[in-house]
Amino acid sequence: MEPTVSFFSGFQPSDLWFLAEAAWRTLLISVLSISIGTVLGVVFGWMIYEGKWPAALTLGPVLDVFRSVPLIIQLVLFYNFAPIIGLNLDPFLSGVVVLSVYCASLVANVARGGMEAVGLPMRRAARSLGMSYWQDLRYVVLPIGGRAVFPSWVGVALGVMKDSALVSVLGYIELLKASQILITRTQEPLLILTLAGAFYFALSYPISRYAATLEKRWAT
Amino acid sequence: MFDYNFHWRPVMKSLPDLLEAGLVTLQVAALSMIIGIVIGLALALIRMHMRGPVKWLASAWVELARNTPALFQLFFFGFGLGAVGIHMSPYVIVLSALSFNCAGYLAENFRGGFQAIPDTQLRAARSLGMTVWQSYTRVIIPQVFRIVYHPLTNQIVWAVLMSSLGMLVGFRELSGETQALASRTYRIFEYFAVTAVIYYVIVKIILGASRLLAARLFRY
Amino acid sequence: MIEIRGLKKFYGSLEVLKGIDLDVPKGEVLSVIGASGSGKSTLLYCINGLEPIQEGSVKVDGTDVHAKGTDINELRQKMGMVFQQWNSFPHLTALENVALAPKIVKKKSRAEARDIATRQLQHVGLGDKLNVYPSALSGGQQQRLAIARALAMEPDYMLFDEATSALDPELVGEVLDAMRLLADEGMTMICVTHEMGFARDVSDRVTFFHEGILEEIGTPAEIFGAPKSEHLQKFLSSIR
Repeated sequence: MEPTVSFFSGFQPSDLWFLAEAAWRTLLISVLSISIGTVLGVVFGWMIYEGKWPAALTLGPVLDVFRSVPLIIQLVLFYNFAPIIGLNLDPFLSGVVVLSVYCASLVANVARGGMEAVGLPMRRAARSLGMSYWQDLRYVVLPIGGRAVFPSWVGVALGVMKDSALVSVLGYIELLKASQILITRTQEPLLILTLAGAFYFALSYPISRYAATLEKRWAT
Repeated sequence: MFDYNFHWRPVMKSLPDLLEAGLVTLQVAALSMIIGIVIGLALALIRMHMRGPVKWLASAWVELARNTPALFQLFFFGFGLGAVGIHMSPYVIVLSALSFNCAGYLAENFRGGFQAIPDTQLRAARSLGMTVWQSYTRVIIPQVFRIVYHPLTNQIVWAVLMSSLGMLVGFRELSGETQALASRTYRIFEYFAVTAVIYYVIVKIILGASRLLAARLFRY
Repeated sequence: MIEIRGLKKFYGSLEVLKGIDLDVPKGEVLSVIGASGSGKSTLLYCINGLEPIQEGSVKVDGTDVHAKGTDINELRQKMGMVFQQWNSFPHLTALENVALAPKIVKKKSRAEARDIATRQLQHVGLGDKLNVYPSALSGGQQQRLAIARALAMEPDYMLFDEATSALDPELVGEVLDAMRLLADEGMTMICVTHEMGFARDVSDRVTFFHEGILEEIGTPAEIFGAPKSEHLQKFLSSIR
């Protein structure tokens, strides 16, 4: 009998585990990048809003670059640039750096919008009550402006989560890269793509609906 | 730290090729926008005015386009449809995925636009003897277009950036061309840096043109 | 002539018109008064076919507005309508607002439509605002624009739905003047209005609506001088 060694084989239960691990990596890189990006973005947004420092003047246009160049190009550029300046980052870390900065450039816009939404009269009122600059930020700007732009921030965060699929170009095996590998091996693209799509959808759809509900409730 | 020698000459030599590929990028983005606007309008109207299976289908389209990664959608039009015997050229794959995505996002923008027009506008138009079609094309939709003009501009930019995913399915738009040229010369960083600049310029030109057009179009 | 017979109109289970009979002959100016929610605006929508009806009939020059075979778009050209919210088309200049319907509904040439529009705008005193967008017009000017827009279709009847009640008080006069001018020219008009002065001075007849019922109809002298129904007496004393 001839031994049959097949490069292609059907979809096996162990493949499900492979996909689950990859989904976990998608979550991991997303949550990390969104967290870092949000903190950075709020700080950047605040600097641009205040606009006092020379740094803030250049910050806007610099962040604009990250919104005007495809993420995939940014990833390839950074991954190939890091070794040039002596940094040896693995695909995961490179991905986190690029996604975080990309996320920050989007959040900065949202955060600035939130601060502008509060409006000068309200802030003057807060200061007239004897609040310090920081108290005003903490107790007036954050709750009011934060509420105004929370739905936009959710949109940005979900966008970054979906865009994290692009880190696969660096070889990071997140959900879509894993799917691609499995598709090549099993030749069952419909099943695997459905699983991967369902994961993203199950994450994104409820959250975006919830944000939309909040937006409607807060609008009235 | 900088023991890397930058070589810009090969990139500059292939600049004409890159610019030509940039035109392909523009073309596919523009086409996907046109298709996306037509389908997006239809999806919005269906979701607002119809019931039953047609409405569910339209809703499924919109939600899938908005809640899964663009790369997933690209894979679907590539591998997924390939599995059921529909084989398309990379160009058509990218164009379909982009149009699918744009239509979904634009549908939501259009819906918001329609909801912002008071019902009384339709009544006024109808009371003058206009048909439903005339009322929509001459009175309602021109107003909707003004409301969605800014989101529409953003969507064009987004389509340009998103078309870079073509590189992952072997489509020679700007990114795909860059990758092909870069892998031939191993000057990956230099090539992608120049491409990033080209994308930036394209985006700025689109935004500038959009602003000029808006000034001409909306004098009210 | 507008003939209304046994007209009933429901919004869901709410009966807003409870069997209306009313004739409006050519050349008459009829004012419809009554408290808000009495169904008087709904009456205009039913006459113009903007709202479906459940019972009865509305005939305009013998044509049934709500019959299946009726070309409602053609019939509406006979009836100009002016709304409470003036509803100017914000994306068009005053001239374009007025010229649009003659051009696309009546298929007039561009030049002809512009001529008609210019004439009608001059008619309502907006001859110097031809190329202005509605956002630059006051409420009163926008309402006169709406009147000109309706007149440009050369209607036989004009329906006014509380044309002045969304206006600032100081702008009411100019719109009433335009309506008065129209009445003097012999236009057939049905005016749902809260302006008792206008109803008394300009109308040939006044009718009082109460909770979906046409309670009383008569000359201004009869309605305002010797109101018969108790509801009308109460209504008149409440607004004085």
